Amino acid sequence: MSTIDMTTIHTTVQEITHSYAYQATELVQMLWQVQEKLSYIPTAAIDSFAEILKLPRAYVAGVAGFYSFFHDSPRGQYDIYFSDNIIEHLQGKPQLMDYLLQKLKVEIGKPRADGRVTIDNTACIGMSDQGPAMLVNGYTVTQLTQAKLDKIAELIETQTPLSHWPTEFFQVQDNIQHKHILLGEPLEEGLAIRVMLARGTDATLAEIEKSGLRGCGGAGFKTATKWAFCRNTHADERYVVCNADEGEPGTFKDRVLLQSYADLVFEGMTVCARIIGAHQGFLYLRGEYRYLLQPLEAVLAKRREQGLLGEQILGNPNFSFDIKIHLGAGAYVCGAELALIESLEGKRGVPRNRPPFPVTQGYLNKPTVVNNVETFALAARIAVYGGDGFAALGTKQSKGTKLLSISGDCLRPGIYEFPFGVSVREVLEACGAQDTQAVQISGAAGTCLSAKEFDRKIAFEDVATGGSVMIFNRQRDLLEVVRNFAHFFVHESCGFCTPCRVGTSLLKNLVEKVYTGHGTADDLKDMSHISQILKTASHCGLGQTASNHIADTLKKFPEVYRKRLLVEADFEPAFDLDSALEEARQITGRRDELAYL
Amino acid sequence: MQPEEQTITLDGQKIPFQPGQTIMDAALAAKIYIPHLCYHPEFKPHGSCRLCTVMVNGRYESACTMPAAAGQEILNNTKELNENRRALTQMLFVEGNHICPGCPKTGNCQLQAVAYYVGMLSSHYQHFYPYRDLDPSHPDYVIDFNRCILCELCVRASRDVDKKNIFAISGRGIKAHLIINSPSGKLEDTDFAVGDKAAFVCPVGAILRKRTRYTTPIGERLYDQQSIRIVGDSQQLHAGATKYGRK
Repeated sequence: MSTIDMTTIHTTVQEITHSYAYQATELVQMLWQVQEKLSYIPTAAIDSFAEILKLPRAYVAGVAGFYSFFHDSPRGQYDIYFSDNIIEHLQGKPQLMDYLLQKLKVEIGKPRADGRVTIDNTACIGMSDQGPAMLVNGYTVTQLTQAKLDKIAELIETQTPLSHWPTEFFQVQDNIQHKHILLGEPLEEGLAIRVMLARGTDATLAEIEKSGLRGCGGAGFKTATKWAFCRNTHADERYVVCNADEGEPGTFKDRVLLQSYADLVFEGMTVCARIIGAHQGFLYLRGEYRYLLQPLEAVLAKRREQGLLGEQILGNPNFSFDIKIHLGAGAYVCGAELALIESLEGKRGVPRNRPPFPVTQGYLNKPTVVNNVETFALAARIAVYGGDGFAALGTKQSKGTKLLSISGDCLRPGIYEFPFGVSVREVLEACGAQDTQAVQISGAAGTCLSAKEFDRKIAFEDVATGGSVMIFNRQRDLLEVVRNFAHFFVHESCGFCTPCRVGTSLLKNLVEKVYTGHGTADDLKDMSHISQILKTASHCGLGQTASNHIADTLKKFPEVYRKRLLVEADFEPAFDLDSALEEARQITGRRDELAYL
Repeated sequence: MQPEEQTITLDGQKIPFQPGQTIMDAALAAKIYIPHLCYHPEFKPHGSCRLCTVMVNGRYESACTMPAAAGQEILNNTKELNENRRALTQMLFVEGNHICPGCPKTGNCQLQAVAYYVGMLSSHYQHFYPYRDLDPSHPDYVIDFNRCILCELCVRASRDVDKKNIFAISGRGIKAHLIINSPSGKLEDTDFAVGDKAAFVCPVGAILRKRTRYTTPIGERLYDQQSIRIVGDSQQLHAGATKYGRK
């Protein structure tokens, strides 16, 4: 791509900042606009933003430098990311990616000389049930095969615009395999709001309290308590935020809700807004779900027309509420509410310190409810049907149902809605998993269960989960799984605190050392100790859980590591003298015996 | 009038606190040392170095960000916490290039002093050996990014006290790094000046004043004489702060 002249860039930034009313809180959205126009964010654009928005230049550069989808150098006209989750590895992603790299004659991460295409890796894009998958200029292409890649390569070489690509390439299946109360009967649009208005806000909150609904993102905080805290905090403004940044590898349930149940989600947000007294809501949509942006905007527009959003909702003069969609830009950490709020304010997604909690000081330091997509959808149902039916399902501490995103070694991957308390074994049977070696519950940050634990139950009091279930059969090498997760956390650590920033890299290096056959018993001890430090000393939930996969597998599957260890040595230095000499050999051209150790 | 004093218990010892104080504030006021690098009493707590991680009623929290509350039972000087502190210090050493004998800050460096305090005898982990260019462009200061530990004290000082916003962080994860607020990225193109608060707060040898680096001979410097546990933070002594710690 040719260099764009400075005046054009400045004009572009002027137009963009104007369309966002010069609000610095929209910086991430504005950076997206620049990148969509220019394929990257040039230095001159950073300068222009700083000048126009009166922000320090380094602040703007720091924000742009945080998100993995923002680039400071030109990308290809077709910018491709392969989803790099372990499930897609098992589905043949590495071979397919190599195939396309060779076919298009392009090096990973570098634009081709003619500027046509860039191919890179990205963390799980929420398509494990229909992978391998990729993003092309932000749009999702699923079920990749060599034949499909041949066609894609041709479309790229002929410079066919994305809008002329076969539409079936971009189809994303819901794959709903098992329905219960949430995914069952559709709800008439606006019904939850009508029932709430008839019942009253106090009584509606009481129903949510009675239902026992807890946050479905994984943390499980009581929803009614959160809403009540927010409502009872004295303030002139409050906000509702829907966390649609499901970045946990292997999860995709929110994708399905947003694709086919968006009204229910927005309805839940509107009910919440009325209860807590908020006028503005946000849907924080992960950048990987860019393909959902327009359809969701269309749902919002329709709801405004129906009088279900905007001023005077359903004719109530003192009930106004609207929802804005904020597009994330590739940062797993933003799924944590304390980072999400920073990102929503147009900043780097570094998690805030707590206390204070968002319910008292959240977005713009105003009381804010942040809930998961699934939580809002369930809240809308409870607003209609009351809390009793919901509370009758599940276990003592975990009421109702849970959506599970199931992928990996099973016959029927997809979405399963089960009442809490379902055992892992029942889940495995339902999806047709056989000869299962291990189940990774709740994503890379979650728990790795061995066959001995398959009678454990999905519930907050036993195995808590945000919904990701990844299945590995006995043919799989679990160290590949560990490696994949270790690389994931290096990529996704925000870099704020020492243990997570440095510890994730140390762990990755040690896993690689073991994987390549250089590990010793001492290295395993170090891995345990570093894991413990991450868990106990990290600033946020990401760091505190980033070593779970290593701690779990070291404990439950020690042979995965031990069979690769050097048995003759307690210790092998990480520094390999012979491979260090290779550079000298290359420079001098020496290949004689004396040039080797 | 003397209302009943509010107290927390730190390693079995009852210490008083004022409302609004963090555990760190209360500990330091009682002359109890909790290792730290990113904390500075004059700035908003940050909680990034994690050295001050203590156990509060059975939960791990950073002492510098956790508000003190009556009745808290806090463990600080325990074998486990100190071993973790040693490992965290080692992590900071291998992440950058901290070659103490070749660093002008030696003897006045908090990272080095904390390493002494936690009994660090080697860096243990594999060194990353980053390669980050120096910035010697400013007439009075040189910045060695290889020694930055991302405590953001300069970021906070320049933003909150000097009102200049000269420093910021960019990148993410292990690639997070300090950047300078000028189109060239060089310090000479900013209005950074000798009197700035940000010029005094670096706990390590990342921001160094030129031509004064060896005025005090090695061996006669702050931490050559006494432990950081006794003498406190170097940057505060340089900045003239005497809130605590000076014997």
